[in-house]
Amino acid sequence: MRLAQTVSLFKEYIGNYIKTKLTYRADFWVEVMSDLMFSAMNLIFIFVVFRQTPALGDWSEAEVVFVYGYFMIPYGVFSTFSNLWNFSDRYITKGEMDRILTRPAGSLTQVMLENVDPPSLIGSLVGVGIMIAAWLKLGLPFHWYDPLVLIVLTLGSTMVYVGLYTALAAVSFFSDAPTGIVPLIYNIQNYGRYPVQIYNKAIRFLLTWLLPFAFVGVYPASFFLERHGDRATAWLTPLVGAAVLAFGLWVWRCGVRRYRGAGS
Amino acid sequence: MISAYLDFIRIRFLMMLAYRVNYYSGIIIYAINIGAYYFMWRAIYGDAETLGGFTAMQMTTYVAVSWMARAFYFNNLDREISNEIRDGSVAVQMTRPISYLMVKAMQGFGEGLFRLLLFMAPGMVVVKLIFPIELPADPARWLVFFAMLWFSFVINTQLNIMTGLFAFFVENNQGLMNLKRIAIDLLSGVILPMSFFPEWARAILNWLPFQAITYLPSSVFTGRLNGADVGNALLVQIVWFAALLVPIAWMWRAARRRLFVQGG
Repeated sequence: MRLAQTVSLFKEYIGNYIKTKLTYRADFWVEVMSDLMFSAMNLIFIFVVFRQTPALGDWSEAEVVFVYGYFMIPYGVFSTFSNLWNFSDRYITKGEMDRILTRPAGSLTQVMLENVDPPSLIGSLVGVGIMIAAWLKLGLPFHWYDPLVLIVLTLGSTMVYVGLYTALAAVSFFSDAPTGIVPLIYNIQNYGRYPVQIYNKAIRFLLTWLLPFAFVGVYPASFFLERHGDRATAWLTPLVGAAVLAFGLWVWRCGVRRYRGAGS
Repeated sequence: MISAYLDFIRIRFLMMLAYRVNYYSGIIIYAINIGAYYFMWRAIYGDAETLGGFTAMQMTTYVAVSWMARAFYFNNLDREISNEIRDGSVAVQMTRPISYLMVKAMQGFGEGLFRLLLFMAPGMVVVKLIFPIELPADPARWLVFFAMLWFSFVINTQLNIMTGLFAFFVENNQGLMNLKRIAIDLLSGVILPMSFFPEWARAILNWLPFQAITYLPSSVFTGRLNGADVGNALLVQIVWFAALLVPIAWMWRAARRRLFVQGG
């Protein structure tokens, strides 16, 4: 019942989203292009760097590109459904959270649906394309279960993102002053784009266990890479994702309980 | 007249000072970014002595000083100008007996000055403590570097003003602003020195203003450019500064003829 309700809500919100976007078509494409340009910049970086060196640690160019392609997939899914960047400003400072809490649907569900951002999914599609190109270049074998595994791993990685950023958004329930912590984490996330093996032990530990951004890129991607295939670590992805998501939801719930409104 | 412009610098500086807490986390973010590229470059170098004419030590220094320089020259004048054009407040500013564009440039400088003193200077100390970098011993080099840094700021500001002024001519210049930001990060040499690009790309980049923003000053700072090359680098910056004045003056004249403010 609860799920069916959420799905029908989702349909309504998407309908509204499409209506507003059709009014400003140019904005839609500008947003898509801007997302893609940022990825293009990172890919150009990889291509240019590999003109000077045959390998990054013991990772070849196609392998690094493969990891980057994977990295784009869960990030696109996450940005589509969990666009919480302006949560503190819009919902806490301007008091829109009050409106959310008077409604029967779950508060996080509503906040997520109000900010749903489908253009980000195009980034995921481009990521799939990049992965396929690198896959062919590496001559990796293709198994019937690979697409299924990719879906499971993508879900796991997406949960890592959603959990972490939900927890961070919920921090604004406790303190409405801008903490600057979200951009901080966002920048750490960039470390996950590249093989974690190039970092030192402390950073590798941080990326695996504390802010598990290695699970949104290199660990799950290496499931498919023969030379770096570490399947045990790759299979941790959905588990880590579930744990981080549970943590994020717990922080959110504590935050909502504490919330007293902006008072205006 | 001059004192009016100086006041704009002062006011913006004080405004930034009022919100300085945001900047402490900014220093950490820059350290995180420098760290990501530091490990990346270390893996890229592997056993190689020099790549693209940089030793590993010079490269680390290059990355650090480029990011710190970015803190100084970076500003959002393009966004500020295009917002003021879109909401029409530019008309009020135009009636004042001072140059609108100069006011904007001064505000940008106040912001840059703030970041130079409260961000770049402490940031450089933090970076020096964490990463193995080599600061120039020769005081003359420091002097030239600061002169070049000034021109980095001026040229970047000119490009920002041009991008912002586009709002007079197109309805939505968001895409253009995003494109400009990525172009500057990629093509000015913040994430990748020019000398790493393939020959054909370098031939094009040499004729674009971007390298004058980061690559040239940082190359002087790291000691990759010496003797007459230093003078040439400074000359390139001065020529770009003079050349960019022309399109700005032209755009500004054309813009004033187009300006049509609704209501008010």
